[in-house]
Amino acid sequence: MTTFVLLTITGLGLGAMYFLVASGLSLIYGLMGVLNFAHGAFITFGAYAGWWISTKVGGSVEGQLLVGAAFAMLVGAVLAAVVELVFIRPLYRRPVEQVLVTVGLALALGALVYGIWGADAKFYPVPDWMLDTTTILGANIPNDRFVEIAVAAVVLVGLISLLRFTRIGLVIRAGVENRAMVTALGIDVRKTFTFVFALGGAVAALAGVLSGVYFGTVDPTRGTTLLIFAFIVVVIGGFGSIGGSAVAAVAVGLVQQYANYYAADWLDWSGAGDVAVMLLLASVLLLRPEGLAPKVAH
Amino acid sequence: MRLRSFLVPLALLAVLVVVPFLSVDLPRILPGPLDSPGTLQLLALCLVFAGVALSYDILFGFTGLLSFGHALYFALGVYIPAIALTKWEWSLPAALGLLAVVAILVPLVLGAVSLRVSGIAFAMVTLAFAQAGNVVVQTNPRGLTGGDEGFSLNFDPLPDFLVGVVNTKNLYWLALGYAAAVFVVARLAIGSSTGHIWRAIRDNERRVEVIGLRPYPYKLISFVLASFLAAWGGLMWLLLIGVTPEVTTATLTLTLLVMVVLGGAGARFGAMLGGFFYTLLDYRLRSLSGEERIQDLPDVLRIPLSEPLFLLGALFIAVVFFVPGGLASLPARVRQLTQRRRAREATP
Amino acid sequence: MTDAPALAVSDLHVHLGESHVLQGITFAVSRGRVTALLGRNGVGKTTTLRALLGLVPRSRGHVSLGEEDVTKLRTHEIVRRGIGYVPEDRDVFAGLTVEENLRLAERGGAGRYELVYELFPELRERGGQKAGTLSGGQQQMVAIGRALLNENALLLVDEPTKGLAPFLVSEVAAALERAAGLATILLVEQNLGVVQRVAEDVVVLDGGRVVHEGGAKELFAQPERVRQLLGVHGGAA
Repeated sequence: MTTFVLLTITGLGLGAMYFLVASGLSLIYGLMGVLNFAHGAFITFGAYAGWWISTKVGGSVEGQLLVGAAFAMLVGAVLAAVVELVFIRPLYRRPVEQVLVTVGLALALGALVYGIWGADAKFYPVPDWMLDTTTILGANIPNDRFVEIAVAAVVLVGLISLLRFTRIGLVIRAGVENRAMVTALGIDVRKTFTFVFALGGAVAALAGVLSGVYFGTVDPTRGTTLLIFAFIVVVIGGFGSIGGSAVAAVAVGLVQQYANYYAADWLDWSGAGDVAVMLLLASVLLLRPEGLAPKVAH
Repeated sequence: MRLRSFLVPLALLAVLVVVPFLSVDLPRILPGPLDSPGTLQLLALCLVFAGVALSYDILFGFTGLLSFGHALYFALGVYIPAIALTKWEWSLPAALGLLAVVAILVPLVLGAVSLRVSGIAFAMVTLAFAQAGNVVVQTNPRGLTGGDEGFSLNFDPLPDFLVGVVNTKNLYWLALGYAAAVFVVARLAIGSSTGHIWRAIRDNERRVEVIGLRPYPYKLISFVLASFLAAWGGLMWLLLIGVTPEVTTATLTLTLLVMVVLGGAGARFGAMLGGFFYTLLDYRLRSLSGEERIQDLPDVLRIPLSEPLFLLGALFIAVVFFVPGGLASLPARVRQLTQRRRAREATP
Repeated sequence: MTDAPALAVSDLHVHLGESHVLQGITFAVSRGRVTALLGRNGVGKTTTLRALLGLVPRSRGHVSLGEEDVTKLRTHEIVRRGIGYVPEDRDVFAGLTVEENLRLAERGGAGRYELVYELFPELRERGGQKAGTLSGGQQQMVAIGRALLNENALLLVDEPTKGLAPFLVSEVAAALERAAGLATILLVEQNLGVVQRVAEDVVVLDGGRVVHEGGAKELFAQPERVRQLLGVHGGAA
């Protein structure tokens, strides 16, 4: 039972990170029709930005982490906005080329990370109390899991509020449904694209920082690893749907943890969780090709 | 099948066959003279990727299926024979037979599942399956895959003429044979009535349905054929390089995509050109990055220039922006430009 | 007050795929009048409207609003010059409520809600209802209301009565009459009864070109000509 509780909360912690990445991807694809492979770079650069700041700033570890997270989100937003303005926008009516460009950027930016920081993992500043555990139902849960879940919950509420209560959220919801009609109402939808990209970049960077806390380290492959799971979450959850991403992220995180643990005994192999997630994706798609939610931003 | 359309490929083949006998030096481009083992290994690799890129082009350029998991089938060609020969100590014919069976069954099953969806969902499913393959390899179930480090191939069951540095030229010819075989098979397939339907599916799937055909079986055939061809490329990699887990990464599929687009998707030679020259460029950039004059540059320049993938990614982006048809489209574009200029000068 | 027509289209060409749909459309819409754009099914009427707004790429030609040539502008810029667009198939946002659909059309944070609710009281009642759950007729009200929300000088209306029951057709026609007092209207409509009721001028398309331009009354006084141009008798289709 205690293992189950530990697995569940860990799964939710992972799911929290997947959700952060997936939410941006989902909005970007839902609104712009762009499958953004460069999103992984936003995660990785965000993670490294957070780490880098902590090497420059003194004070408490919590403080370093907070400043790191804020700085990372800024970096993520700016990087994403630049990518959108310089590389995506000019290819507006050429969707295949847009995807190809994000592939090129993923390769190039990924290589840049290796070049700047090297392949070795760097240690992440994690406050002691996050490394400590809290006992819940007999299970010792590392406290960082709660932080990840809390952050994701805050972002979830924030995004849903943005969509529901603001003008730009209204434009996004409408744009996900019918981009052309939004322009026919006199709205410059391209500005919204840049905003959504920047927002996605900021949230992805935050996920990068959280992943640094979760794994205790950061390395150049972090973005790609998280990205693939985020893609799966987006497809299962439905493009353009924040709620769908949240549900799917939880499902993916949990399935991964449970399968990894319980199958490890049975199959003598630790990779079952990841494979199980792939199978989950395949099953969902076979039953409902459009994912869990219809193409509506909510 | 007109003989004339085969003239250029045949001429090219003739030139390539003769390469290991030439003692020609291409200093900036190749590591040594044409008949040296180092160069022959590199050229063999270029030929292998010419073939693998063409196999991917069947899927992407001709049938319009954007798969992000093609590397999985290439990886099958690396790992299945390696495991059979080394871990299970099978004979060569048995290992090859196993590969042939696996290289048909796996894409058949995975393709049957993946093709139930299309577009982005299809791309994601293929990516997911390939990533699953990556995980299987990395987590080393029962010690079969060697995890992060791979393992050394057991060379005993292999015929002597394929083993050893002195026989690199035989591997080169084998690679050439592979590339030629892929070329012929692809040509035949694309030119057949099935191939016509592939192109119709790529251009307008709805129209294919309207004329009463179901696209699904044709897409599946394309998928299986492309994967089968890629698997034998994997075998070539195994012989030339060995067992390396990098062949299971998403980066490899993305690289294949880059090769095809660089060369020209859906164009006759395009993908092969892309595969060949990308591999060559990758090698050349790697050795360039180690050179002193690069290492001496200030960080801002040194870092990007030291990473071949950065330069290749940047090149790819430039091609997507400015030459979307890839290298293969350059002659047509040049012709278009000169025609347009002539037309402009002609009209008052 | 300028003499320039509210809308002038000159030598408009549009290619859709391989098809040369519009082959040099030229016509003008006079200020303050209702002009009907007519023609057989599939002749390119909707394409013309969409091309005016830049929703469909133009291979050649010019579009002017009043004195200004708007050919090079992007869709939202053209629309902001004061155009209300009511598309064929309505294109309301199903996931948004009625009120949100209207609010989205606001420019500068304000709109003539009183006018819209006066014309279509049901929209006020159903403000919180998701537009996707509305009936066809109600969605049409949202689409028209959206276009009237701003003080648009020009309304492009595409088959507003398509698929509607007769009493709704009448309501829509009445709304159009009301709107005609407020703006110039270019109306694509298959229902000739509605056309005869509201239109003052007509432009007829055939084979990708304009084949007739003139007064509505004059055209409908010649049923033979109507049948020749449109393939129907001069009455409600």
